Amino acid sequence: MTTYIIRRLLLSIPVLFGILFATFALARLIPGDPCRAMLGEKATKVVCDEFNHRHGLDKPIVIQFGVYVNEIAHGDFGNSFRYSKPITELLMERLPITVELSFAALLVSIFVGIPLGVISAVRHNSWVDVVTMMWANVGVSMPVFWLGLMLAYIFALTLKDTPFQLPPSDRLSAGIVTVPFFETWGMEISQGKFGFTLLDFLSRMNLLNAVLTANWELFKDALIHLILPAVALSTIPMALIARMTRSAMLEVLGQDYIRTARAKGLARRAVVLKHAFRNALLPLATVIGLSLGGLLGGAVLTETVFNLSGVGRILYDGITARDYGIVQGFTVVIAMFFVALNLIVDISYAYLDPRIRLN
Amino acid sequence: MTTQTIPPAKLDVNTLSLDSVSLWQITRRRLFRRKSSVVGMIILGILILIAITAPWIAPYSPTLSMLDVKPAQDIQKRSAPCIHLLGCPADQPEHLMGTDGNLRDEFSRMLYGARLSLIIGLSTVSFAIVIGTILGALGGYFGGWIDNIIMRIMDVLLAFPSLLLAIAIVTVIGPGLINALLAIGIVSIPAYARVVRGSVLSVREMDYVSASRALGGNTYEILFKRILPNALTPLIVQGTLGIASAILDAAALSFLGLGAQPPTPEWGAMLGSERNQVFTAPHLVFYPGLAIMLTVLAFNLLGDGLRDALDPRLAHMS
Repeated sequence: MTTYIIRRLLLSIPVLFGILFATFALARLIPGDPCRAMLGEKATKVVCDEFNHRHGLDKPIVIQFGVYVNEIAHGDFGNSFRYSKPITELLMERLPITVELSFAALLVSIFVGIPLGVISAVRHNSWVDVVTMMWANVGVSMPVFWLGLMLAYIFALTLKDTPFQLPPSDRLSAGIVTVPFFETWGMEISQGKFGFTLLDFLSRMNLLNAVLTANWELFKDALIHLILPAVALSTIPMALIARMTRSAMLEVLGQDYIRTARAKGLARRAVVLKHAFRNALLPLATVIGLSLGGLLGGAVLTETVFNLSGVGRILYDGITARDYGIVQGFTVVIAMFFVALNLIVDISYAYLDPRIRLN
Repeated sequence: MTTQTIPPAKLDVNTLSLDSVSLWQITRRRLFRRKSSVVGMIILGILILIAITAPWIAPYSPTLSMLDVKPAQDIQKRSAPCIHLLGCPADQPEHLMGTDGNLRDEFSRMLYGARLSLIIGLSTVSFAIVIGTILGALGGYFGGWIDNIIMRIMDVLLAFPSLLLAIAIVTVIGPGLINALLAIGIVSIPAYARVVRGSVLSVREMDYVSASRALGGNTYEILFKRILPNALTPLIVQGTLGIASAILDAAALSFLGLGAQPPTPEWGAMLGSERNQVFTAPHLVFYPGLAIMLTVLAFNLLGDGLRDALDPRLAHMS
């Protein structure tokens, strides 16, 4: 298993370099002179030469790439001119919201998608199966931004003044105060340390912070604000998971050992859950891994619709303000995140199926 | 023990004459037997019909402001749908889907949008298939360092969530429909390159290819006439499903303001420009989104159907 993990880690190094090179190349392809883009059209040659020298733009392209990789290795993604802040700082502020949203959406899609898939496989061709599959087909075809807006319309306007009313935007209601859990606990960590960054990152996940500080008002508010975006974002992965679970289960349920298990008088429940489902998990790990990319892409759209200040939202702002630093920095980080997630999926794959790690 | 004989009457002689049934006929028959693919084909047929006849069935030009047609006091911004047959007062102007924020007829814009969506889907996928096929075929056929370089580049492209990479590309090359299509085309290349490479690898060493080589066939002939036709089936399936995701991604880019620019009647852009009005004029958000969903659904259903029809081993799985 260790050999497998090491081999898999080594294999992702060239991909990481490729990602860095791709984003580096993209930034160099931006039409126009970076100096005049930053300092304005009227910048003189002297000013620009100084600017280029300061940012290393007068050096050969290979050295520039080396500098870029070195900076990223040190966690430096440059500055955003729109927010006049280091991009790393912006990332640490915004990423928790996206992680929380994506995680919630993934949970919804797994906990709804898998049971639906199992039920439709067990009751193959019944009305449950037909309805689930119709719904799954519609689900994968749904533009997430449209679904988000429609959900907001239904739950914020049509169901207004009913118990089902849900807030259509923002992460928290106005007036709700959050205190980071490490402050409530009286921990003293100086800013700038890695420990602080990590705790700060975790405390920005509102639900987690609410639980850790036992602030139930905050928990309730954070939860009801998360329902609509998480449901909207979960639709496509949920449909994919339901479909994949169903087909994997159908495949497994047709095997001889399932018939044997039934023949020897095992309860149907035990056959389905213990014998069949465990073997259907493998393709499921793949489809969950594949949905993660869509989840991160969909987060951009969902955050834009629900006005959540996560990574997606800032990326959108960066696009509209032509803040290439943000787009570049965030793309690199999300791609690395994605590579790491795929790595985890691959390793879990090897864990689930010994044939893979022993190959 | 008694021997059982199959009553000959149950065998249909027509289906046995294999020489008269081509793969395409079998595929078509299987495709029409599946309800979901028939639904997909019907939706698609209607869309194609709308796309072709849009100039004749649309009551107005998609970019025409009602200010140029009627006196200003008769028109209302973002007016709700008004259909005379359904009881809308006859003195109000008829707009089947209401008017948008720029006083244009939403229904006409929706009809023209069908055109754009189909063009978007077909053009990006054709682009990706051509480039992907060339890259996959070169890699699979020649192997070695060519294959290594090509596939590593594809790995890098796949390392980005597709929509994000498309966003990054469009941010760099500038917003606009053509650039958005180019970006989506680029991010979908790896899927096709992999499919083609896989097919090429699986038949490269087969006897009929060696025979063709021994007979003096040149590389071009062997690759394009002997090897690549094997990749056609998976490419068709991947392409149909690819059109669905291309349309979805293009709509997302337009929604973010990176794709089609106003006043182009593109569904994603129409939805994006009116999204803040969802509470006051929900119809302007509802219809374009529904149209995107139906179009994507049609291609998905057809793609699934084609996959099962072309590869019967998978038929029981869906």
